[in-house]
Amino acid sequence: MVDVPSDAAAPLSTAEVEDVELYHPRSWITKYVFSQDAKIIAIQYSLTALAIGLVALVLSWLMRLQLGFPGLVSFIDPERYYQLITMHGMIMVIYLLTALFLGGFGNYLIPLMLGARDMVFPYANMLSYWIYLLAVLVLVAGFFVPGGATGAGWTLYPPQAILANTPGQSWGIIVMLVSLILFIIGFTMGGLNYVVTVLQGRAKGMTLMRMPLTVWGIFTATVMALLAFPALFVGAVMMLLDRLIGTSFFMPAIVALGEQLSYRGGSPILFQHLFWFFGHPEVYIVALPAFGIVSDLISTHARKNIFGYRMMVWALVAIGALSFVVWAHHMYVSGMHPSFGFFFATTTLIIAIPTAIKVYNWVLTLWRGDIHFTVPMLFALGFIVTFVNGGLTGLFLGNVVVDVPLSDTMFVVAHFHMVMGVAPILVIFGAIYHWYPKVTGRMLDDALGKLHFWVTFLGAYLIFFPMHYIGLMGVPRRYHEISDMAFVPASTATLNGFITIVALIVGAAQLVFVFNLAWSLKRGRPAGGNPWRATTLEWQTPETPPAHGNWGKTLPVVYRWAYDYSVPGAAEDFLPQNQPPDPRTA
Amino acid sequence: MIVIVLFMVLMAMLAGWWLSHQRLAAKPWLEVGIIDEARDSRPRSPQIAKIGLGAFLAVAGSLFALLISAYSMRMSMADWRALPMPIGLWFNTGLLMLASVALHSAVIAARCDEPGNLRSALLAAGVCSLAFLVGQVLAWRELAAAGYFSAANPASAFFYLVTAIHGLHMLGGLVVLGRTTVRSFAAPQVSGALRLSVELCAIYWHFLLLVWLVLFSLLMRWTDDLIEMCRGLLS
Repeated sequence: MVDVPSDAAAPLSTAEVEDVELYHPRSWITKYVFSQDAKIIAIQYSLTALAIGLVALVLSWLMRLQLGFPGLVSFIDPERYYQLITMHGMIMVIYLLTALFLGGFGNYLIPLMLGARDMVFPYANMLSYWIYLLAVLVLVAGFFVPGGATGAGWTLYPPQAILANTPGQSWGIIVMLVSLILFIIGFTMGGLNYVVTVLQGRAKGMTLMRMPLTVWGIFTATVMALLAFPALFVGAVMMLLDRLIGTSFFMPAIVALGEQLSYRGGSPILFQHLFWFFGHPEVYIVALPAFGIVSDLISTHARKNIFGYRMMVWALVAIGALSFVVWAHHMYVSGMHPSFGFFFATTTLIIAIPTAIKVYNWVLTLWRGDIHFTVPMLFALGFIVTFVNGGLTGLFLGNVVVDVPLSDTMFVVAHFHMVMGVAPILVIFGAIYHWYPKVTGRMLDDALGKLHFWVTFLGAYLIFFPMHYIGLMGVPRRYHEISDMAFVPASTATLNGFITIVALIVGAAQLVFVFNLAWSLKRGRPAGGNPWRATTLEWQTPETPPAHGNWGKTLPVVYRWAYDYSVPGAAEDFLPQNQPPDPRTA
Repeated sequence: MIVIVLFMVLMAMLAGWWLSHQRLAAKPWLEVGIIDEARDSRPRSPQIAKIGLGAFLAVAGSLFALLISAYSMRMSMADWRALPMPIGLWFNTGLLMLASVALHSAVIAARCDEPGNLRSALLAAGVCSLAFLVGQVLAWRELAAAGYFSAANPASAFFYLVTAIHGLHMLGGLVVLGRTTVRSFAAPQVSGALRLSVELCAIYWHFLLLVWLVLFSLLMRWTDDLIEMCRGLLS
């Protein structure tokens, strides 16, 4: 967090302190391309992230084709398969989920929900997007460089990541590391914006405890990301040096292909520590914004105040803090002192407490609520179920003795896809259906939305539920082909074929969503300013979509918290945050 | 990883201290009306810039804490051979301290509205910082000449890495300091914006000095006992 005392600016008298100037675009280019308006930047971030996410979806199709029907697509040889795994994982975790939640939703919602005109550092915000785009382009370049993209797995573990015979050893790994370094630089510029805007940009009356949980989630996740991403940065820089100039930060003395390499005495475990010091908080960097958004979706669409708001805030902060002391649970199989294993298993299980509090509070918010089964609500409900399912298998894997045999099986793949793949993606869809009317002024088509939800939700379960059983049978992950293993029954191949077919269908269903996004832009039902009759400030803008500066001439003033739904005695079943108290009842 | 964990504990304490002032126990569902009447809700640039810099320093602090963590983990391995530290590093440390002192006096000059003193203090800080960077490069060359510029020696790889990253941070700061100095020569009086720039530069330089002192004591192996002690506590 920030350690600047509030009286730091005391020597400046208020008379000579200039207000923050709002940036004004002068041409089409500065308005829509090199824009400094957080709303435009948010849309740029979101479209880029969704586009690269679709690429990663295609990669997962190819992987599934190989697993379900080995040999069907001849061009997927073992090297290509590793490249598909690596790029799919890296894109989904960092370039889609992180970028979309923080860069996309963070940019759009923080200023609007807090009653600010824009982010506090608009120029850095613009740079943040363009560096992100550059990082994405460098990443994509990996497909086209000689030798292809890196096939080191998304964890990029040395020594194999930079040894000959790992796919993409010549260029792919360099391109990947450079892209990650760029991403982190770009993210830091954006992240500083989100944090300082929450600290300083709030409208009059918007205390921290009146902020919608969406903002709390994004804020906590951003603070975590700012502190955790440097670990990946350090790891990437050191590995790049190992690869390019032959230092031995991570590379031990090693014989490869019968030849003694010049590396001496580096520590691969050191990389694992650095990677997971980033990697575990990353799970929550993706999860906390999802937690926040889902709280708001449930409250709005069940027409009920969120249950236990304070507890929800404390739980977010507690999860954020705890997630920094669990990283080594990803390293049980790397070997460690048993008491370390005990420590990390304990901290891992303790995180279940604040997380369970959140789940109970969501359920209690729904309890006897006026539940509207709108598309955003369906996705929010789908998230709760999926997150609980994925979380429960996390309890298995958090324990050392259970993790060791299950590690490196498809069980782990099923677990993390449930908890940090499907669950946050469901929230992203729900959030897009929820806020699309504010961004474009038109509703997304309801029938297509429901079709999209049911195929995605049921399909995700048909894919990942059986995968747990495949893992329990001992089928290893990362294997190009598993046909000749004595302990794997023949029926596994049938199940794998089934999973692949469902995966193809679920992937195709996302095209319905993409079509809906494009079609509704011009032909969707006009939404009006506040179609969900929600309380938070972004729905109270004078114009929809909000104009530059968001609020017209005067900034909103906040009189109440974000969850005044179904207040007894009120004329409407919601009271916007900027609605003054009724003088007769006050 | 003990260093980064300690750094995170420090951050958590700061966050906890800050959060404890934010009425986290309030019951917002019972409170209607404007609560923070006294707070001026207009965003003010000095406050924002300082908090922004503070947040950036937290990120940079995390970066250096991680580097130090990696360094100390590597040091504890059996094959670690320490480097002989060039004597010039002492001189460089002195230069960096002078730069920090000069910037501190620049802040005082800016607050007392003395443009002449401000200009000379800023120039002195810039010259000392440049001399520091030159000194670091000389130290690099000295080690290289003694045959330590070898990628296979982990101590030398770490030495070059940490000094390079620290130097890059200083170069970034010098760009801002240079612009501030140019502005101080262009303006007849010390404006609020200029004073803010000077204050931000000073905070940044004090931070870089602090980081360098930690790195220096690590490179000089004064902290070996401390690291050994921490390790003893853990195991």
